[in-house]
Amino acid sequence: MFEIKEKKELGKDLCQFRVHAPYIARRRRPGQFIMLRIYEKGERFPLTVSDADPESGDIWFIAMGIGKSTKLLNSLKEGDKIRDIVGPLGKPTPVKKHGTVACVGGGVGIALIYPLVKAYREAGNRLISILGARTKELLILEEEIRSNCDELIVTTDDGSYGRKGFVTDALRDLMEREKVDFVIAVGPVPMMKAVADLTRDRGIETMVSLNPIMVDGTGMCGACRVQVGGKTLFGCVDGPEFNAHEVDFDILMKRLSAYKPMEEESLRLFLAQGEGNTRVAGGE
Amino acid sequence: MPKELSPKERMAIPRHKMPEREPLERIKGFIEVNLGYTPELAMAEAQRCLQCKKPLCVEGCPVNIDIPFFIKLIEQGEFIEAARVIKRTNALPAICGRVCPQEQQCEKVCVLAKRGEPVAIGHLERFVADFEREQGEVKVETAGFTTGKKAAVIGAGPAGLTVAGELAKKGHEVAVFEALHAEGGVLTYGIPEFRLPNSVLEAEVDYVRRLGVEFITNFVVGKSATLDDLRAEGYQAFFIGSGAGLPNFMGIEGENLNGIYSANEYLTRVNLMRAYLFPEYDTPVIRGKHVAVIGGGNTAMDAVRTAKRLGAERAMIVYRRSREEMPARVEEVKHAEEEGIEFHFLTAPVRYLGDQHGWVKAMECIRMELGPPDESGRRRPVPIEGSNFTMEVDVVVVAVGVSPNPLIPRTHAGFKLGRRGEIVVDMNTLYTNVEGVFAGGDIILGGSTVILAMGDGRRAAHYMDLYLKGEFKP
Ligand SMILES: Cc1cc2nc3c(=O)[nH]c(=O)nc-3n(C[C@H](O)[C@H](O)[C@H](O)COP(=O)(O)OP(=O)(O)OC[C@H]3O[C@@H](n4cnc5c(N)ncnc54)[C@H](O)[C@@H]3O)c2cc1C
Ligand SMILES: Cc1cc2nc3c(=O)[nH]c(=O)nc-3n(C[C@H](O)[C@H](O)[C@H](O)COP(=O)(O)OP(=O)(O)OC[C@H]3O[C@@H](n4cnc5c(N)ncnc54)[C@H](O)[C@@H]3O)c2cc1C
Ligand code: SF4
Ligand code: SF4
Ligand code: FES
Repeated sequence: MFEIKEKKELGKDLCQFRVHAPYIARRRRPGQFIMLRIYEKGERFPLTVSDADPESGDIWFIAMGIGKSTKLLNSLKEGDKIRDIVGPLGKPTPVKKHGTVACVGGGVGIALIYPLVKAYREAGNRLISILGARTKELLILEEEIRSNCDELIVTTDDGSYGRKGFVTDALRDLMEREKVDFVIAVGPVPMMKAVADLTRDRGIETMVSLNPIMVDGTGMCGACRVQVGGKTLFGCVDGPEFNAHEVDFDILMKRLSAYKPMEEESLRLFLAQGEGNTRVAGGE
Repeated sequence: MPKELSPKERMAIPRHKMPEREPLERIKGFIEVNLGYTPELAMAEAQRCLQCKKPLCVEGCPVNIDIPFFIKLIEQGEFIEAARVIKRTNALPAICGRVCPQEQQCEKVCVLAKRGEPVAIGHLERFVADFEREQGEVKVETAGFTTGKKAAVIGAGPAGLTVAGELAKKGHEVAVFEALHAEGGVLTYGIPEFRLPNSVLEAEVDYVRRLGVEFITNFVVGKSATLDDLRAEGYQAFFIGSGAGLPNFMGIEGENLNGIYSANEYLTRVNLMRAYLFPEYDTPVIRGKHVAVIGGGNTAMDAVRTAKRLGAERAMIVYRRSREEMPARVEEVKHAEEEGIEFHFLTAPVRYLGDQHGWVKAMECIRMELGPPDESGRRRPVPIEGSNFTMEVDVVVVAVGVSPNPLIPRTHAGFKLGRRGEIVVDMNTLYTNVEGVFAGGDIILGGSTVILAMGDGRRAAHYMDLYLKGEFKP
């Protein structure tokens, strides 16, 4: 059982949690994730560890409420308990000095690049962040990221804040303006694919963090299969980060849709329970 | 007390069938198929044993249970006493009685097998274990002292559970680290409820816990902490029982289509995560109409019978050899047939065909014929050129074997590994080439049986005990 020590709402349906998990806090490196199971009947699902403090033994993670599990998590309060958390899983990001690094984050992907921004900056890179959101209200962690990078570019699809357009527009301009040595992109699959296409032509090394559906998260089931460079790899142990230019995004997208009707049913039943849904809090 | 029977009278008694649920009833759910012997049936079956002076059955059992003795006790109605005899060498009899391939072990060599049907040793073993549990009389014989030595067991499968129990009985402080949120290994996530109910497993795990073993779930050794971290925490001896959890795929075209599962994923969703109870439980599983399971082992049988229970119209085994070579337990094959499972022998998939949304819709297969024996001693299947045909499928479960779990060797340098990635040990002592570390079960065997994993566990515990006491210096 893992008690929620602190919960912060970062935006609409976007919550940050702090829990005490000393083993994870001690060993976690940027890029790694945890698997959670909120209550006895819950599914196991992955979330990136956004920050960790080895001294206090606390870890932080951020969830975007898109389906039953993440909405249920976001409905929990401080003092509630999460039944199972295991980690840190996945390979740590091989952080090193490249020169100029562009970190591109879209939607909840912004939460995932935040630890990477910090790590790459600490490694001595010149760091330019490009954050994209559909609209101003959905933009998260702007200040945290701004204070950790050399330049911040914000785009919104509707132009309600920053530059109007997509992150790829901003990235294209940036690459025209100056030499970029390394690109990291985390966000919705179409965004990562668009970034990969853009940098492939220019031969700029690019890394994406993939989000395949997972069950165990330890390499035991193969639910998280991704096709990279023509080979089948397991997202949870061989990744989650991969060379963007070798990823088959099409297969990833299709595999992510495999349970759509069931996910919708789950969510509908959950929302129909209304207030009662927080009854599972406490890990029962 | 009934009068002593003569050997001739004993041999005249036919083997007592295991009472079972009707196929049509049982495929509606995940309830256990075998109902178990009644005390009367058990005592009657026990009368068949000839109490051999040189009991071959004992040699056929990998942990050498004193079979004639416990059967004698059953005949006399001393069920609890019989359970105690079994537990001297086998800590998990309710499990082995259910899942051991008896026909290849103890029952294969029972003298009665030569002239007819062997004594139903497995059924009897299961009976006494269930009887003991249901009577609430499970005695726990704890060590009653502590040596002050700490041992870490990695993996809570049958190998790890056995080591942990044995070491605790010898007074050592034992912690079992398990990656998943539940104990049991394959027994929990792989073998379905209809073969091994969860309540049985829980009781057996609870028994080990009552011996004083601490279970730490949600802990991946190598990730949450390394072996060296644990050493720094004061653990002096280690047992790696991390199993063969790495699923094999065939690497054929279309294998990443939606609807194609590894057996591990399919069974984990259904057993560990209870997807058969979706949406009450949150984990979904695709319920196919036409489900093909590739393989012929216990895993394949479990997957195909699961598919039937999830409502498949056609649940099919596609196996590249013939019936004789199937490694599955005979009982499972029989149950599968009764349940309407189709068997396609001498058939292998060559590629999967998908629709535009990325779902599997058909499977191209090729027919095989049997050539000369390969290194496993079984006749090698050879494809018949031009025999390709397609089968309509919407779910495929790939059950073509597993490989040793690579997590520990990947996160700790220096382990000597075999050809398939198995950890190499001294087969007598189960000691690895790394200081203080023993290993056993599927991680050294690369996929075998529950009882062999437990046998390893017993042997390793013996040498770990000596190692902890400073009496075994490798
Ligand atoms: C390594 C890794 C790290 C992740 N880190 C974070 C994080 O830090 N914060 C965060 O909010 N989310 C993160 N995710 C995504 C998160 O796991 C999913 O959003 C979550 O599992 C969805 O569960 P649900 O029941 O709420 O929604 P579901 O009902 O399962 O899904 C709703 C919709 O989301 C899509 N979906 C399903 N599973 C995933 C998935 N694994 N990833 C993306 N989309 C999915 C489905 O196609 C569906 O349309 C991460 C995923 C991975 C693999
Ligand atoms: C579907 C199926 C059906 C089977 N049916 C039968 C049968 O009928 N009869 C029979 O005799 N055998 C059967 N077997 C084989 C039998 O289950 C195995 O041989 C046996 O379980 C091996 O035991 P083990 O303890 O070595 O490993 P496992 O049972 O695999 O347990 C290993 C455990 O270690 C954990 N683990 C792995 N890595 C780590 C780590 N780094 N840190 C912490 N924990 C870790 C895993 O999560 C797992 O719980 C079957 C196998 C399968 C898959
Ligand atoms: S443990 Fe297995 S092999 Fe040994 S007696 Fe029991 S059923 Fe037979
Ligand atoms: S070999 Fe058969 S008959 Fe002889 S002791 Fe064993 S179970 Fe009894
Ligand atoms: S989630 Fe099971 S292997 Fe990756």
